[in-house]
Amino acid sequence: MTHLAYVAAAYAAAFLTVAGLVLWVWLDGRARRRELAILEAAGIRRRSAGEAK
Amino acid sequence: MTALLFRDLKLAVRAGGGAMIGVLFFMTVVAVIPFGVGPDLNLLARIGPAILWIGALLAALLGLDRLFQAEREDGSLDLLLMQETPLVLTVLVKCLAHWLATGLPLVLASPLLSLFMNMDAAAIGATMLTLLVGTPAITFIGAAGAAIAVALPRGGLLVSILVLPLAIPVLIFGVSAVYAAVQEPAPFLPPFLFLTALTLVFAVIGPVAAAAALRASTD
Amino acid sequence: MSEQSLAIRKFSDLANPTRFLALSGAVWPWMAAATALFFAVGLYLCFATVGDYQQGETVRIMYVHVPAAWLSMMCYSVMALSALGTLVWRHPLADVSAKTAAPIGACFTFIALVTGSLWGKPMWGTWWVWDARLTSVFVLFLMYLGLIALNRAVDDPARAAKVGAILILVGFVNIPIIKFSVDWWNTLHQPASVIRLDGPAIDPEFLRPLLVMAIAFTLLFFTLHIVAMRNEILRRRVSTLRRLAARSAGRGTSGPVPAGVGEGHP
Repeated sequence: MTHLAYVAAAYAAAFLTVAGLVLWVWLDGRARRRELAILEAAGIRRRSAGEAK
Repeated sequence: MTALLFRDLKLAVRAGGGAMIGVLFFMTVVAVIPFGVGPDLNLLARIGPAILWIGALLAALLGLDRLFQAEREDGSLDLLLMQETPLVLTVLVKCLAHWLATGLPLVLASPLLSLFMNMDAAAIGATMLTLLVGTPAITFIGAAGAAIAVALPRGGLLVSILVLPLAIPVLIFGVSAVYAAVQEPAPFLPPFLFLTALTLVFAVIGPVAAAAALRASTD
Repeated sequence: MSEQSLAIRKFSDLANPTRFLALSGAVWPWMAAATALFFAVGLYLCFATVGDYQQGETVRIMYVHVPAAWLSMMCYSVMALSALGTLVWRHPLADVSAKTAAPIGACFTFIALVTGSLWGKPMWGTWWVWDARLTSVFVLFLMYLGLIALNRAVDDPARAAKVGAILILVGFVNIPIIKFSVDWWNTLHQPASVIRLDGPAIDPEFLRPLLVMAIAFTLLFFTLHIVAMRNEILRRRVSTLRRLAARSAGRGTSGPVPAGVGEGHP
């Protein structure tokens, strides 16, 4: 009556989902920053640093 | 406003309008069910009201994406937005026209299909009555979805996905009212009154949200 | 607009994306650290406490399931608030917030559904019960997916924000109705006689890890939400810059634009 497999599966599923979410957010942020860096390197800048979009 | 009502009605009934397609779709869905669950008449009589309601729900959603799309294409949507009558009222009238053209035929076709389902007289009457009260709610809440879909290049399928979860309460109370009418101990009136209340609430929420979405999608 | 200080004095100061980036950049590492801390303590408590005599080890699933279910609802409330921000106050960050919250909320709802199902199999003997609570959470999940699909279908972010906000609010008004009708439907169809955790008073033994895990999950949500919002702001910045580059390339004023940059916004 311990059902350890179910507990493990529940924790694994929760962990995988959260890990996927964190990974997605992190990779997304890295890709966006790289794109910005490329654009900056190409000399395309925002008209002023403090300008609201 | 009456002019708009009649114009929409004429457009729907004319060839190429969606009115008859909805009824045909309804009949086809209901006719397909027995092939899935088997021709057992007792079983069909038991699940008949539910099948009719689901069929009506799907059929009512079918024509909804055209509610504002045609106006959008020929530009008359901008005229509707600019005229002096409040947009909410215009949307309400368009919903009424749409319901008269597609919802009412569904209600009228339901007794015939009930016979196929081997339902008795009380169940047929109750189904017809609940569909009469309930289908406007689907049209109203669907109008909000249709207005949202105007902004999309291909909105048709998305409207159904967005609207179906919101239409669950209508389905629940509609079907449970029918079952309450047939099965003796359960009272018919409470679920039926809830269904009526839902229709009235959606008659407010739907047009307001649809008007807001139409404004957002054009500017 | 001079940038003498990046301090946030009023709530409306948050409307400036640059200030938001600066503030959130300072805050989110701390929040991430707090999240990790609470998760460490919470997970330790989860497995240190004894199992319930009735539910056995499966009670530990609750420590993940309940916070996830709670977050699935809180996330929708955050989105509804953001939707109000978009429509009423026209707060420029509100639509960013609403858009980025949707996938996170969908993930937590997914966790709640999966763990609930895994709890139901040993406890009720079935993976899924058309129980009022499960059904309404499932409907909520469908609504999240619909919102994500809508956001993906509209390519203009401003228009997607407004249209999405309307849909969020319509859904928010509908949630109590759906909950109520599902309750009604459930009592009509099957008298629920399942064992629930909330039936008897919860023992403090179980309450403590539950509470810590709830805080940990809430912190996790806000950390992820803030970082995702930063990403979304950067994404919009990139697309603006690309548009800018394409325009100046069209006019031929700023010389040749490197390949892969000047092709306009996606």
